[in-house]
Amino acid sequence: MSELNNENAVLIIGGGHSGVSAALEITEAVDKKVYIVEKKSYIGGRVLQMYKYFPKLCPPFCGFEINTKRIKSSAEGNINFLVSSSVEEITKAKEGSGYKVKIKQKPQYINDNCTVCGECAKVCPEERPNDFNYGMDNTKAIFMPAISSFPLKYSVDDKYCKFSACKKCEEACRYSAINLDAKENIIELTVSDIIFATGWKPYEVEKLENLGYGKYKNVITNVKMERLAAENGPTGGKILRPSDGKEVKNVAFIQCAGSRNENHLPYCSAICCMASLKQAMYLREKNPESSPVIFYIDLRTPGRYENFLNKAQSDEKIKFNKGIVGKISEDRETGDLLLDVEDMLSGKKNKVRAEMVVLAAGMASNIKDDLKEIKIDEEIKIDIDENGFIFNDNFKEGIFSAGVARFPLDVYMSGQSATSAALSVIQHNAKL
Amino acid sequence: MDNNLGIYICSGCDIGKSLNVERLINTAKDSGKPLVCVSHEFLCGPEGINLIKNDISEKKINKLVIAACSMRAKQDVFNFDQFTIHTERVNLREHVIWISPPNDNNTQLLAEDYINMGASRAKKAAFPEPLVQDLNKTVLVVGGGVTGLNASVNAAKAGYDVVLVEKKPNLGGFPFSKYKKWETKPPFDKNTWIREGLDELISEAEKSNKIKIYKNSKIKSISGAPGKFNVEIESAEGNSGSEPVKEIAGSIVAATGWKPYDAKKLDNLGYGLTPDILTNVELEELYSELSDNGKSENFALKRKSDGKPVKSVLFVQCAGSRDENHLPYCSTVCCMSSLKEAALIRKNNPDANVYIIYKDMRTMGEYENFYRKMQDDEGIFMVKGVVSGVSFDKSGNTIGVKVKDTLFGGDIDINTEMVVLATGMVPNSGEIELKDNAATLNVGEVQPASGASCPPSVPVSTAQVPKSGLLNLSYRQGKEMPDLIYGFPDSNFICFPYESRRTGIYPAGSVRMPLDTVFSVDDAKGAVLKAIQCIEQTSKGRAVHPRSNDTTYPFFDLPRCTQCKRCTEECPFGAIDEDEKGTPQYNPERCRRCGICMGACPVRIISFKNYSPDIIGSMIKSIYVPEDPTDENYRILVFACENDAYPALDILGLNKMNLSSNIRVIPVRCLGSINNVWYADALSKGIDGILLLGCKYGDDYQCHFTKGSELASYRMGNLKETLTRLVLEEERVRQVQLEYTDYMKLPEIVEDFVNKVKSLGPNPYKGF
Repeated sequence: MSELNNENAVLIIGGGHSGVSAALEITEAVDKKVYIVEKKSYIGGRVLQMYKYFPKLCPPFCGFEINTKRIKSSAEGNINFLVSSSVEEITKAKEGSGYKVKIKQKPQYINDNCTVCGECAKVCPEERPNDFNYGMDNTKAIFMPAISSFPLKYSVDDKYCKFSACKKCEEACRYSAINLDAKENIIELTVSDIIFATGWKPYEVEKLENLGYGKYKNVITNVKMERLAAENGPTGGKILRPSDGKEVKNVAFIQCAGSRNENHLPYCSAICCMASLKQAMYLREKNPESSPVIFYIDLRTPGRYENFLNKAQSDEKIKFNKGIVGKISEDRETGDLLLDVEDMLSGKKNKVRAEMVVLAAGMASNIKDDLKEIKIDEEIKIDIDENGFIFNDNFKEGIFSAGVARFPLDVYMSGQSATSAALSVIQHNAKL
Repeated sequence: MDNNLGIYICSGCDIGKSLNVERLINTAKDSGKPLVCVSHEFLCGPEGINLIKNDISEKKINKLVIAACSMRAKQDVFNFDQFTIHTERVNLREHVIWISPPNDNNTQLLAEDYINMGASRAKKAAFPEPLVQDLNKTVLVVGGGVTGLNASVNAAKAGYDVVLVEKKPNLGGFPFSKYKKWETKPPFDKNTWIREGLDELISEAEKSNKIKIYKNSKIKSISGAPGKFNVEIESAEGNSGSEPVKEIAGSIVAATGWKPYDAKKLDNLGYGLTPDILTNVELEELYSELSDNGKSENFALKRKSDGKPVKSVLFVQCAGSRDENHLPYCSTVCCMSSLKEAALIRKNNPDANVYIIYKDMRTMGEYENFYRKMQDDEGIFMVKGVVSGVSFDKSGNTIGVKVKDTLFGGDIDINTEMVVLATGMVPNSGEIELKDNAATLNVGEVQPASGASCPPSVPVSTAQVPKSGLLNLSYRQGKEMPDLIYGFPDSNFICFPYESRRTGIYPAGSVRMPLDTVFSVDDAKGAVLKAIQCIEQTSKGRAVHPRSNDTTYPFFDLPRCTQCKRCTEECPFGAIDEDEKGTPQYNPERCRRCGICMGACPVRIISFKNYSPDIIGSMIKSIYVPEDPTDENYRILVFACENDAYPALDILGLNKMNLSSNIRVIPVRCLGSINNVWYADALSKGIDGILLLGCKYGDDYQCHFTKGSELASYRMGNLKETLTRLVLEEERVRQVQLEYTDYMKLPEIVEDFVNKVKSLGPNPYKGF
C-alpha cells in the first residue's frame, strides 16, 4: 500500500466488543496506535455479562480470550487502554487535521503490580452491590470485576471504600499494588480519527408503568436473566426468582419492552427476539419441568437465525403468544404475577399467571448521554440521528461509529461494523 | 543452537508458603541441568524481571522457564524477544497451589513435574523464524454488484490496487436494472431512486487508476496462496480461442451475490397461472420498464395481462423463504422490499388497495420507521396469515387468494388484480457438481452429502458438497469456499464475522448471508479490511486469525512422507495441496498454525519450531510416574485446548476450587494437533489415563479451527486399535467437550475420570 499517516493515534471511545474489535482490526492491518477509552475498570464491555450468545449458545469469554491474546501479541505500544476513563473534551487540533482530546482517568488505586492473589479482598471489611450482576449480589469494596478481567487486576469501588479510615488492603498487599491515595489523571492526546463504540444500555423499563418493573420483585429484565443463568452469577447458574429464591418453571417473556413504541424506543432493538428465544431454551435445559411463554408482536429472527426459531418452536413446552400484555399485577400471597394479555390469534383476552416475568428490554444507545459529558467544539460535526445512532460517518473529519452506537445490531453485526470502521480509519489516513 | 537454560521460580502469591521451594530448586537442578535455577519472592516485580534480564545479558540464558503464575497472567512483564529467547511459563499458581492442598507431598510432586515438563520443552524448542516475504498486495474482487463495487472502490481508497471481475457486460449487479430501493440513511422512511449513488459508484470504479476492471469475464482458475494468487480470467468478449488473461493477487473478496429463488417451484402460490402473478423481482423490472428506466416519476402500475392500471395488489411474503421445502432461512430483505413496493403503488395508483400477507413483519432496527409509516396508510392492509391457495378466474381476469390462520382465527378470501410473490435470496456460491452426470443443482437446493466424495479420514459431518464455477480454486479440498449452512460460506463465529476457512479469501454481501444493500456496503468494507490485513500480516510472516501474529509454522520432512494424504484431507483451511503421487505441498501463507496436520501425521514428519511430536513427547517423558500403585500415585495426563479448557482451569484456580492432584496438564494449540504418538508415549510409560479437554463439536461447533476437537474424537477410532494391541482398556482415554465457563464442572469431570481409571486399576506398563 501507499504510506500511512501514523504520527497521530486513533481514539476509540468504548472498550466493549465493538471498540476492542475495531482496535484489533486496525492494528493487525497497519502500524497505527490506538487508544481505547473505557469507563469501566476492565475491557470487554456488556457482552461479558451475557451467559451465552445466540445462536450457538456459547459463552462470550471464548471469543474474548482470543481477542485478549491478540492484544497481548500485538506490536508493543500499538494498543493502549485507558480504563476507568472518560473523554472530557474534544477540540480541533490547530495544526493540520485531527483532534486534541482530554481524557480523565479516575484514580488508579491498583497498579500493575497486582497479581490477583486476592489477599486484599480477604481483609476488606466493606461490601458493595455487584454491578456486574446488576446489583443482585455483593462483592467486597476491593474486587475482581469480572471472572477473567482484562487487564487482570483488582479494582476499588470509591463509593464504598473507606480509604484512609481503613487501608487494611494496602497493609495486606505484599506487592505494593495498592495506593489508596492515588489521584486522578488527565491525559491529553492528539488523534487523527475518532470511533464511537459507546454501546448501549438496557432501556429503563420502569417507564413502562403497566409492566410493574421496580414495583414487583419477580419482574426482571432480560439482562438480569443472563446473570441468573450464569454459573458465575449471583445464584450460581440456578434460575431463582428474586422474591423468594424459588426455582422458576413458569416464566413469561414480554417482547418489545420499550422497543417499537413511539413513546419509548421507536425502533426495533433487533436482538430481543433472539435473546428471549435463547433464554427460553436455556431455561428449558436447566429446568426440564419449566414452561416458558413468549408474548410477542412479530418474531424477528432474520437470515439463518430462522433455524434458531425453529429449534425453539420444536420444543412443545415453549409457548408463543402473539399479543400485547396490557397490565401486570402481583398476587401478593405467592409473589406470582398476573398478566392481562390479548391473544391476537384467537382474539381472546386472557389472564395468565407467571412465577416470573422477563421483560425484553430494548437497547438504548449510550451516545446522547455520553456526549452530554464531553465538551466538543461546535465545528465538529457528529451526525447523530433522533434515536441516538451515528449511522452516517463523517469521513472527511475521521469520525466513525461501530456496534450499537451505529445501529441496533447484535454481536455478530457489531463485529462487522467494527471491521468496516477499521477500514475507514485506514482510508482516512492513507497518503495516496 | 546453545541451550542455556534458566529456571526462575516465583515464591510469591503463596507459592512459597504452599510448596517447598528449596526442594523444587534441587529437583529442577537435578533433572533439568539448568545454568541458573533460582527463586524470587516477587518475580513479576521490577527486581525479579531485572534478575532475569541480567542473566540473559550476562549468562546468555536463552531458554527461560518461568515457574510462577499462568501463561495468561503477567504476559506483559515476562515478555522477552521471541526470536532469541524461548519463554516457557510453568503454572505453579493457578494449576498447582490454588487447586491443591498446601504443603502436601502430592502438591509438591505436581509442581516438580510441571517444572520438569517445562524444562524439557524449553530445551527442545527452537526459535521461530518468520517467513518474511515481498508479496503482491492487489485485492481481487469477484463480482461487480453493489458489494463488489463498494469493495473495489474502498480498497482503492485505502491505497491498494484492485482487479475487479464481473461476469455480466455491465457493472452494478442486481439493482442496475431495478427501479427503487428504500432509503439508505436514517430515518429510513423514504424511497430513493435505486441508481442514486450507484451510477457515481460505477463511474468512480471505472475512472480509478487503481482499479482494473474485467467485464463480461469469469474466473477460470485461482491457484497459489495469499500474497501470490495466480488468477486466470476468461473474457467472453475476446475470441473464443484466446488465452485467459493472467493476473496476480494478494487476497480476494468474493462478492458474488445472490439470485432470486426459482418461482417456478412455487406453483402452490399460483405462479404461472397468469402474468399478473409475478415475483418481487419481476415487479421491479415492470416498474423499471413503465418508468422508462427511471426517467419518469409519474406513471401508474399496469397489469401485464391487459395493460390496465391495477386497483388491488396482494403481496405474499416468505414465498419460498422460511419454508423447509424451499429456503429454510429468512431472506431478510423481503419485508422491507414489499413495504417499499406498497408505498410506490399507493403513490402511483392512489385508488389501489394493497394487501400484505405475512408471517412476521421483520423490519429490524430503525427500518421500523418505514413500517410504522406504512401502517398509517389506510390503503395498505397487513394481514398476518398463511396463503393456502391461489386461483385464477379467467373470465373476470381476477385472482383469488385464500388466507388461513389469520388473526382472530378466521380464514379469508381476497380477490385481487395482481399478486406479488416476495421470493427470497439464494446465495451465488457456486454450482454443485454432481458426480455422475453433467447437470448442476442450484445451491439453494440442499444436496445430500452422499453424492460427495468423503475422504476416508474426515468425519462425514465436515465433508463438503463439491461446488465450482465462481472462484475455481485449484485447491485439493475443492474449488469454492466451504459452506457453513444453506449454501452460505459464512463464518460460524459470533465474535468473528469474517472468519474464513480459506485464508485470504473473504466472502462479502449477500453471498455470505442474506443482506440488503445498506448492510452490504458495510460488509464490503469489512471484507476489504480483512483482505488487506491478511496481505500485510502474511508479508510480515505473521498468522491471521485466530492465532494472529504467530510467527511459527509447520515444517514438513518430506523425504520421510508416506503419501497417506491425511494432512491434505484434514487441514480445515485447505492449506495443503498434493502432487500426483500424493506428496503434500504445503502453503504457509494459507496456514493458520493450528497443528491439525501435525496431529494427523502417522509418521510424525510435521513439526513447528516450538511445538512438535518430539517436544510434547519429551514433556510427557519427563513426568515422574511412581511405581507403587496407591491411589495418590495414579497419573492422568490432560491435554487441554489453549483457548478454552486451559483458561477454564485458570479460572477454577482463581476461584480456589480443588482439583485432583493426579493430573498433569499439557496445553495444546488445538485438540486436533494431538498426535497419536503422545498416547503411546504416555501409556507405555505407565501413565494410567489420558483426558482430552476441548471444544464442543457438531453443528454449533466452538473449535476456532472448526473441526479440531471433532477430529481428535474421530481419531480415537485408530487409537482404540493401538490400545487393544497394548492390551489396555479403551476407557483409559476420554474426551470431554468443555466450554470456557464450565470451570465449575471441572472438579467433577476430572474426579469422574480419575475414579474410572482407578476402577480399571493401574497401568500394567508402570516401571517398564
